[in-house]
Amino acid sequence: MPVLAFLILFPFAAAFIIFFMKKDSKIRTFAVILSALAELAASIFFAVDNFMNHDMTMGTFYLSKTHIADEVMASVEFCLMLLVFSQAIRFRKFYVMILSALGTLPALYLDFTGISETTASHIKVDHLTVIMVLVVGIVGSLICMYAVGYIRDYHHHHTEFKDRSGYFLALLFVFLGAMMGLISSDNLSWMYFFWEITSVCSFLLIGYSQTREAVTNSFRALWMNLLGGCGFMAAIVFCVGVMEITNISQLLLFAALPSMAIFPVVMLSFAALTKSAQLPFSGWLLGAMVAPTPTSALLHSATMVKAGVYLLLRLSPLMYGTHAGIMVSVIGGFTFFAASLLAITVSDGKKVLAYSTISNLGLITAAAGCGMPQAVWAGIMLLIFHAVTKSMMFMSVGAYENSTGSRDVEDMHGMIVRYPRLAFVMTIGIFGMSVVPMGMCVAKWAALKAFIDSGYVYLTLFLCFGSASTLFYWIKWLGKIFSVSKGSDKHEDTVHGSEWTAICPLACIAIILCLVYPLISSLVVIPYTQNAFSGSVNRFVTSESSEGVFSLASGTDNVAAISTEDFIIMGVMLICMCVLPLMMKYVNSVQERRVLAYMSGFNTGDDRSFYDSFGEAKGQYLANWYMRDFFGEKKLLMPSLMLTTVFLLVMLTVCTVGGLFI
Amino acid sequence: MTVYSTAAVIIYLVFSPFIACLFSGVDRIVTARMQGRRGPKLMQPWYDIVKLFSKESTSVNDIQKILVMAHCFFAIFSGAIFFAGGDVLLVLFALTMAEVFLILAAYSVNAAYSEIGAQRELLQMMAYEPMTLLTAVGFYLSTGSFRVDEIINTELPLVIKMPGFFIGFCFILIVKFRKSPFDLSTSHHAHQELIKGLTGDLSGPGYGFSELAELYEEILMLGIAGLFFITSDPISFLWAFIAIVLIMFCMSLIDNIFPRVKWEVLLKTAWLVTLFAGGMNLVILSYIGK
Repeated sequence: MPVLAFLILFPFAAAFIIFFMKKDSKIRTFAVILSALAELAASIFFAVDNFMNHDMTMGTFYLSKTHIADEVMASVEFCLMLLVFSQAIRFRKFYVMILSALGTLPALYLDFTGISETTASHIKVDHLTVIMVLVVGIVGSLICMYAVGYIRDYHHHHTEFKDRSGYFLALLFVFLGAMMGLISSDNLSWMYFFWEITSVCSFLLIGYSQTREAVTNSFRALWMNLLGGCGFMAAIVFCVGVMEITNISQLLLFAALPSMAIFPVVMLSFAALTKSAQLPFSGWLLGAMVAPTPTSALLHSATMVKAGVYLLLRLSPLMYGTHAGIMVSVIGGFTFFAASLLAITVSDGKKVLAYSTISNLGLITAAAGCGMPQAVWAGIMLLIFHAVTKSMMFMSVGAYENSTGSRDVEDMHGMIVRYPRLAFVMTIGIFGMSVVPMGMCVAKWAALKAFIDSGYVYLTLFLCFGSASTLFYWIKWLGKIFSVSKGSDKHEDTVHGSEWTAICPLACIAIILCLVYPLISSLVVIPYTQNAFSGSVNRFVTSESSEGVFSLASGTDNVAAISTEDFIIMGVMLICMCVLPLMMKYVNSVQERRVLAYMSGFNTGDDRSFYDSFGEAKGQYLANWYMRDFFGEKKLLMPSLMLTTVFLLVMLTVCTVGGLFI
Repeated sequence: MTVYSTAAVIIYLVFSPFIACLFSGVDRIVTARMQGRRGPKLMQPWYDIVKLFSKESTSVNDIQKILVMAHCFFAIFSGAIFFAGGDVLLVLFALTMAEVFLILAAYSVNAAYSEIGAQRELLQMMAYEPMTLLTAVGFYLSTGSFRVDEIINTELPLVIKMPGFFIGFCFILIVKFRKSPFDLSTSHHAHQELIKGLTGDLSGPGYGFSELAELYEEILMLGIAGLFFITSDPISFLWAFIAIVLIMFCMSLIDNIFPRVKWEVLLKTAWLVTLFAGGMNLVILSYIGK
């Protein structure tokens, strides 16, 4: 428990101190890096300690009496509401006030009247918590380290913005602490408290530069997340008022009879969908792109959006065969497909990453909505791989932007010659996201198997089409990087030491994960799925006597979708890929003639220009392919938003009516 | 690995180029006859490849050649997994990775024709990938396994259960083999708009590697087509062979009849065929499965 308390409280303390170090100084850099390292070490220690000393199968519970803490939280929530109010009045966005009040006031009411007071434990640590603590602790802390060097560069390039970097770095730590609290809370009110902190934090971070665009986007993020918060509150009120429970683990006891708990489940899922930027709510994540990179990286990969899918994965045992499950899995599957098509049409590097994030989260969401142990296995694996790989990609795009002033994929042409180190890291990242021996593809493979086994045909279709388009946008990006333009020199990248200290470990983790994921699977993921689904296993057997489903439910111990043999084959492939750069030296040691690229015989001799019809040299410009007329945002985004909104409304109505009145 | 699978892998590794060249030789003769020409010798494709490896090795940059070699290696590798009786999905994923290396090789040249070819090859991959994945799903639904050695252990030929998948897969083969209506990324025919786009900047042994990989890939794809016919009865191999020959014939017929289409048409038709032929069959299969 002390370690966990440290994990949650220390970032807040660190944030408080860093907030007052307004000037960029060696001491501040040192303080940030030290705090991040402390958080990182603590999260690793926490995980190891839990493995060695605690039996996590049923989860370890802490803190049953929390009267004082509750009071503190209520007052902080009240302050958050006031903060939102003041910002709303300042920028004349009054609708936000309503949403904020709708979420916060019931919380205050429940708290001060003591209705929601409970003797049940507020904190629960099980396998999933440990996984999340590791993900948030490692990736999140590395992002904080990266931020130190990044924000210095950012203000160096953007002198028009006021330097509030102390405030920025402090917010990152607040975020980290809130996230740690969120993933370890078992009490719904506590979880809601941390949930709201992350919402408001992201609002403040997105609006950091205070430009008009930033402000608009930050309010978009705020209202969407507050709307989700209202859904969360509705679920809490129902749980406390009608079902007389306060905790998620109590809610999960309904796994054998999920129709009883349909209303809270669907409301919590709704909140999770907004937080994970699933389709009708994808706008806020794209808007978040104006914020300096560490925010995007943090928002995307480690914290904010992962909170949503984390909640869905927790609730997954309640999803199988219910309307809530259908709602979540359809929205997730559709988002995976649609977002990957949209990613083809954008050339802003960060935007590609944003769409790809939405898309991948869609897959995790779909897996959670499936409500099957195998699918949850795939979902957790996707979450781990995605956190590592995507944050690495964000950081390298940010580093590239600070070195060249552009984050457009078009401008990454020939990066392999100009910035070989960054190109190498990005290659690992893109391979990691798209092709097979690397993590994401393996998890996707497991998801595919799970979807087929659970009989969700539409999910299988979404996955097949979606993974084809995913490959398209990643590889065309990689192709840009790989274009070798002759005569361009290696540039010295201005990437700071602190940025490398974050990127390199992540790159190493991304590769190592591919080799050790079976270990992670058997140590934490499988025990978790086994436990989480122990209550609902009977339901699979009685409702569907089919053999496939039965073996799926009973055989959770060999849930690993990828057999040992396949794993070995992939290991061989990975080694072969690692050998490639070495082989290159050998192949190039053989003297051979260099020839010019083919330009119908009109190459001027440097591969960069050709003779036009007047016989004059003309430079060639090779642009990538975006298919904007075919898939473009204008063409595809509105219909998908409409479609998902209508679907979501229908499903919410059905579940609300069903849950409240029948 | 059993004796059979070891033997299959060895046969695949040693004889694939010959067999594929034989197929391609027959294809060229048949095509020539359709056009009222005499056509080349039967083994001409084989002589062509051998000649490529005897030429001077040149390349445009440092990474082009290693990428093509990686492409060749992984293409052969994925075929080997298949003939060893491995997981079909893994085979398909490995093949995708192999393709990626060829595309990167074309991108690395930094010249217009290669790059257009590479982009179009990516498009073709996007067009055919859903169907290849769905085919694997179909095999799993009808036999309960993704492994090739278990898939072929059926009583009835799978084509009976999965006619939709078969139609879709045959359609995708045209895209995969870059045959006429869909030869956007690279074409053998002089009358097409982009000739040798993807491989335009490869020459000598480098080009040889890409051709060699294509031969192995061809055998692999035909192997997957054969899975629709092979059962536990050894005689079924004969049926599979006849079916493959028929498929090849139809493909060269189509190759000669249809002019090239635009990429929008390729993507739309390929995805529609996948959705209707594959998707409907999938729905029916999973319904029966329950």
